[in-house]
Amino acid sequence: MAKTNTTPPEATRRDFLKMAWAGLGTLAIAEAGLMSAMFMLPRVGEGEFGGLITAGEVESFPPNSVTPFTQGRFYISRLEDGGFLALYRKCTHLGCTVPWEQTDNQFFCPCHASAFDERGDVLNPPAPRALDLFTVIIEDGIVMVDTGSLTERDRFDPSQVVY
Amino acid sequence: MKQAKKDVADTSFLQRMWESIFRGPLDPQTDRERKLMVLDSLILHLHPTTIAERTLKLTLTWGLGGMATLLTMVLVFSGVMLMFNYTPSPDQAYNDILNLQTQVWFGQLMRNIHHWAGNLMVVVVVLHMLRVFFTGGFNMPRQFNWVMGLLLLLLTVTANFTGYLLPWDQLAYWAITVGTGLITYVPLLGNWIQTVVLGGPEVGAATLLNFYSLHIAIIPISLLIIMSFHFFRVRKDGGVVTPRAPDEVLEKRQPKVTTVPHLVTRELVVGLVMMIALLLFAMWVDAPLEGVANPDVSPNPAKAPWYFMGFQELLLHFHPFVAAIILPLGALFTLALLPYLEPDMDATGVWFRSNKGRLMSVVATLIAIISTPILVITDEYLLDFVGWLPSLPTILSNGFVPLALLMLAVVGFYELMKHLFRASRCETVQATFVLLFVAFLILMVIGIWFRGPGMVLMWPSEVGVSH
Repeated sequence: MAKTNTTPPEATRRDFLKMAWAGLGTLAIAEAGLMSAMFMLPRVGEGEFGGLITAGEVESFPPNSVTPFTQGRFYISRLEDGGFLALYRKCTHLGCTVPWEQTDNQFFCPCHASAFDERGDVLNPPAPRALDLFTVIIEDGIVMVDTGSLTERDRFDPSQVVY
Repeated sequence: MKQAKKDVADTSFLQRMWESIFRGPLDPQTDRERKLMVLDSLILHLHPTTIAERTLKLTLTWGLGGMATLLTMVLVFSGVMLMFNYTPSPDQAYNDILNLQTQVWFGQLMRNIHHWAGNLMVVVVVLHMLRVFFTGGFNMPRQFNWVMGLLLLLLTVTANFTGYLLPWDQLAYWAITVGTGLITYVPLLGNWIQTVVLGGPEVGAATLLNFYSLHIAIIPISLLIIMSFHFFRVRKDGGVVTPRAPDEVLEKRQPKVTTVPHLVTRELVVGLVMMIALLLFAMWVDAPLEGVANPDVSPNPAKAPWYFMGFQELLLHFHPFVAAIILPLGALFTLALLPYLEPDMDATGVWFRSNKGRLMSVVATLIAIISTPILVITDEYLLDFVGWLPSLPTILSNGFVPLALLMLAVVGFYELMKHLFRASRCETVQATFVLLFVAFLILMVIGIWFRGPGMVLMWPSEVGVSH
């Protein structure tokens, strides 16, 4: 009778070991999961896209013009006042390549009909925000674009323009 | 003992070999032999030895589960064959497909079979799901197998989607670009997940390799494991539901027949008919292939695979977070939770719950057929929530505000139906499911046939001309 009521001292040790096994098992699964997840991370640093790209001399871009750069995947947009913007060509809606329609003076996405003006601002949804920007660097009259630095923005702001 | 020895001595060498492979007669004459045939066979013993006679009715299951299983086998076989002629790299993939279609014996046919079998499987799995839903096949004790079935549906669609990229043509490239673009609207982690899935910022070589590995290994293996569990549970839950007329009370003990030949013959017939249809279709209709993928030019219109057209149509009306994240996930979770609602009537085995349920389903179908196009056209030309609520961010004005209005309409439909028909909850939930499912089908039809360049609404004849 008394036997069933008293807890044997072994029980706590057994509990501890059970906990330890459960903990170690969880840890092992977590480690394997983390390892697999990190293994799957993208292999970055593949050269051409993502580096500094020389676009050309400042003079070669007339004001109020949009010039595509296929390799760099961006457009150089020179605004009326002579300022520069480098617009990433990927639609902010779902990632289609947005062509510049010279006749309509707008970027028009063929996938879901989003439209953007020369500053990248949304003219027509479903695009939720303006076209993304790359950093423009102007040195000694040469326009360069850093395709490794992408800036997301809600809408156009004069502070984004580089002179 | 003595008797057995004598038997062995009497058999020929070939006969002994034969009997080591097939332990019983191939044409069993007695019920005992028929049952033993099932028990002794690896494949057949997925079945029980006997089966309730009423469950054999074709109009209960339509053989849809068996068709999905057979399609899986067809897909594994044809897929492995294709692997012998395919390299998952942007420089090679498209040429490999051209080569397959023009240089390899039966290459085009093998690709067609794989392509159409994959598409057919989406249809069959969805129909299978509808069958289970409308016959109350997910009630106790089958709730969790319904959830497993949903997982299998997800895997089927993912398998299709990953396979869609592999030909590396324009169709593939932009469908995957748009499809994976949806991931970016997952809160907080969206961009990161998309980069991992694509293996970089845009669809490229890493994406192709990722999708290939998923398509040929991860997804098929997961599919086979969950399928095994799915079949196991069907057995453990006593087979498929027993069909009955509304108000019919079933006797506890149902008359049974042997699986061989009654069930197996029917399976063979369904399988053969499906294979004939698939082969004929694959012989006549080639799998689509457009020009090689060009990241510089998005085609106009760039459409998603057909099974995502419903969501593509929603994307034209809602903020992407609502159209591509909230609505699909909400629908999936609701579907998974449905069998766990407490049933307020016994509808297991009755098509459409009851006579009232049938009537309500027809009404819901009609309402969906009428209201969906009206809503689409109204939103296209009249509604402008972004313009009306300029101070709100678009995720509210074009997302949660219209979503809330829509949910209100659905709740209104539910209450109205419940009162008008004095219906049970089971019947009203079913009517609401019918409403939403038919609406989704109509969105698909609009997306496939009524959207032309620039995603503008137009008649199918005009869509065809502009191509």
